[in-house]
Amino acid sequence: MTLLVIQALNGVQLGLLLFLIAAGLTLVFGVMDFINLAHGVQYMLGAYLAVAAASVTGSFFLGVILAVLVAGGVGLVLEWAVFRHLYGRDHLDQVLATFGIILFLNEAVRVIWGSAPLQLAMPAVLSGSFPIMPGLHYPIYRVALIVVGLLVAAGLAAVIQGTRTGMRIRAGASNPLMIASLGVDIGRLFRQVFGVGAMLAGFAGALAAPLLSVEPGMGDNLLILAFVVIVIGGIGSIRGAFVAAILVGLVDTLGRGLVTDAAGLLLHGTAAARVGPALASMLIYLVMAAVLAVRPAGLFPAVPA
Amino acid sequence: MRIPLLAGLLTAALVAAAPFGVSAQLAADPVKIDLVAVLSGPQATLGQQVRDGFLLGVAARGGKLGGRTVDIAIIDDESKPDVAVNKVRAALGQTPPAFVVGPVFSNILGAIIKPVLESGAVMISPNAGPSTFAGASCAPNFYVTSYQNDQVHAVMGKVATDRGYKRVYLLAPNYQAGKDAMAGFKRFFKGEVVGEVYVPLTQMDFQADLARIAEAKPDAVFAFMPGGLGIALVKQYRQAGLETIPFLSTFTVDESVLPALGDVAVGLNSAANWAPNMDNAANKKFVTDFEAKYGYVPGTYAAQAYDTAALIDAALTATGGSTADPAKLRTALEQAKFQSVRGNFQFGKNHYPVQDFWLTKVVKRPDGKFQTETVQRVFEADTDPYAAACEMH
Repeated sequence: MTLLVIQALNGVQLGLLLFLIAAGLTLVFGVMDFINLAHGVQYMLGAYLAVAAASVTGSFFLGVILAVLVAGGVGLVLEWAVFRHLYGRDHLDQVLATFGIILFLNEAVRVIWGSAPLQLAMPAVLSGSFPIMPGLHYPIYRVALIVVGLLVAAGLAAVIQGTRTGMRIRAGASNPLMIASLGVDIGRLFRQVFGVGAMLAGFAGALAAPLLSVEPGMGDNLLILAFVVIVIGGIGSIRGAFVAAILVGLVDTLGRGLVTDAAGLLLHGTAAARVGPALASMLIYLVMAAVLAVRPAGLFPAVPA
Repeated sequence: MRIPLLAGLLTAALVAAAPFGVSAQLAADPVKIDLVAVLSGPQATLGQQVRDGFLLGVAARGGKLGGRTVDIAIIDDESKPDVAVNKVRAALGQTPPAFVVGPVFSNILGAIIKPVLESGAVMISPNAGPSTFAGASCAPNFYVTSYQNDQVHAVMGKVATDRGYKRVYLLAPNYQAGKDAMAGFKRFFKGEVVGEVYVPLTQMDFQADLARIAEAKPDAVFAFMPGGLGIALVKQYRQAGLETIPFLSTFTVDESVLPALGDVAVGLNSAANWAPNMDNAANKKFVTDFEAKYGYVPGTYAAQAYDTAALIDAALTATGGSTADPAKLRTALEQAKFQSVRGNFQFGKNHYPVQDFWLTKVVKRPDGKFQTETVQRVFEADTDPYAAACEMH
């Protein structure tokens, strides 16, 4: 029972990290109808910038703040130099161009920081842990991650539901042509959305750095997960991204254990060892397929179907 | 192919005429070596170690091997078998190399070995040591200077048994090398496996697995988690306060990831055929020169590549610099005597090394850098389990 609760907690925490990445992606995709494959490398960039900034300033928190600002800046530069020329183009052009950005930034990171993985130490204040079950401690840093994730979610919800900019974003997600013809400066709106998206991705990277390995290509796998999240949640919907991220986090964390156990009960020895992990890694895609079968536009589509 | 062979025969004749040292003509004609390693993507650190170690080995001999200048072409296999085979084929087609040194990973080796051996070149793997070419499919022109993959994991199985661990929890990525690693461990582990978990290669968060380990309360954990996976696992293992459960691993805490792990890795065990602290003259020179030139601590990848350069040097010295006679070159390679950074070096009949294996431990050096150090010898002059099936013709 305790194990189940702990795994649920782990699932929520993974989900909140996914949410930080997916939030920006879903806004950019939903509002601008723009497929940004480079979102994953922006997450990586956040982690690298945090390592660099923390080593210069000597403070984890200053490092994260600087990393987020610079990541947002890099996002705006990319928007100005590359992405804005692609808004009217079809999705294949966008995929190709942003894939180019992935290659470019992964290589740039290697040129600047080398290919060896880097580390970012946790801030001393948050580096403690408390016993959660016999033999297992839960790091305070992960609790902080959950709190920060929830705060960002609440903040985004407040902005989107309660402010004029939020209203425009929602309007942009459901009918961009209409709001442009109503006199809203759509270019400016796109830049804002894009900047915030880049900052969120960078923020997620910076926060994940003390837990994971900071290395070139670290965002590539996460990008796929983030796409799963926004497709399940409904493209363009922050609420959908939140619910789907938590769902994916829970399914991945709880499901992996359950599937492996179930395989162990039904099959024997090597067969179980083969089938368990294979099924476990398919699980979130099965969930995605199931959700799409019932609700083809995702759980909370921005444009009501 | 005809013309180089003829030229080779001519030069061989010249060498025979001048038995002392390398003939003037050979000395002027560089030996072509293709170095295949992964130099981009997440695995690039390992390829970089191989490249740096090999080039240092050549530089240590004044840029010559066996008295002959060398012409080294560096090929980035990008960790993709299809890319590797195309690039290697192209390189073989231009100036056929006498030696192909590489690659880092077994899957790349499987892809390129056929075209390389068909070209007549000698292939020397400074890292990948798959079982595939150690047994019945061993090849006269294929040499391995690292180890047979199973051996390293077997060391940990032996250590776990010797320490009296009854219940061990196994953790590896879900791919062939992960499964091989666990099989290698189990061959020498006599206790009970209480959990055998294969995680996706793309996994980044081990929190769920750590909770399951805590629940299972094993006597020890054995993990094979190369690269970034290992960094995440080791950090999170410590953060979860699981230190009370001994952590045994292979290719998880080595010099390629220690700079990123730092203090959290200190004291963790690994298994290897070499460690930077080995007390012999060749190794001291290697580690000192390597750190002076490249600014980082070498791992087994670099050490084995450095030995590969020494091996080629010794073999070419024995043939008077000639690569023309395959039989002579083979004898020279099989019997090469050189100062290995591991102390002694000797090939078994399948051209894989017969060597000692060590339990190692991560330490922090006085200069603040991290390295592994030998703790105890676990296997002495160990021959891999496949060698018996090899009949070399």
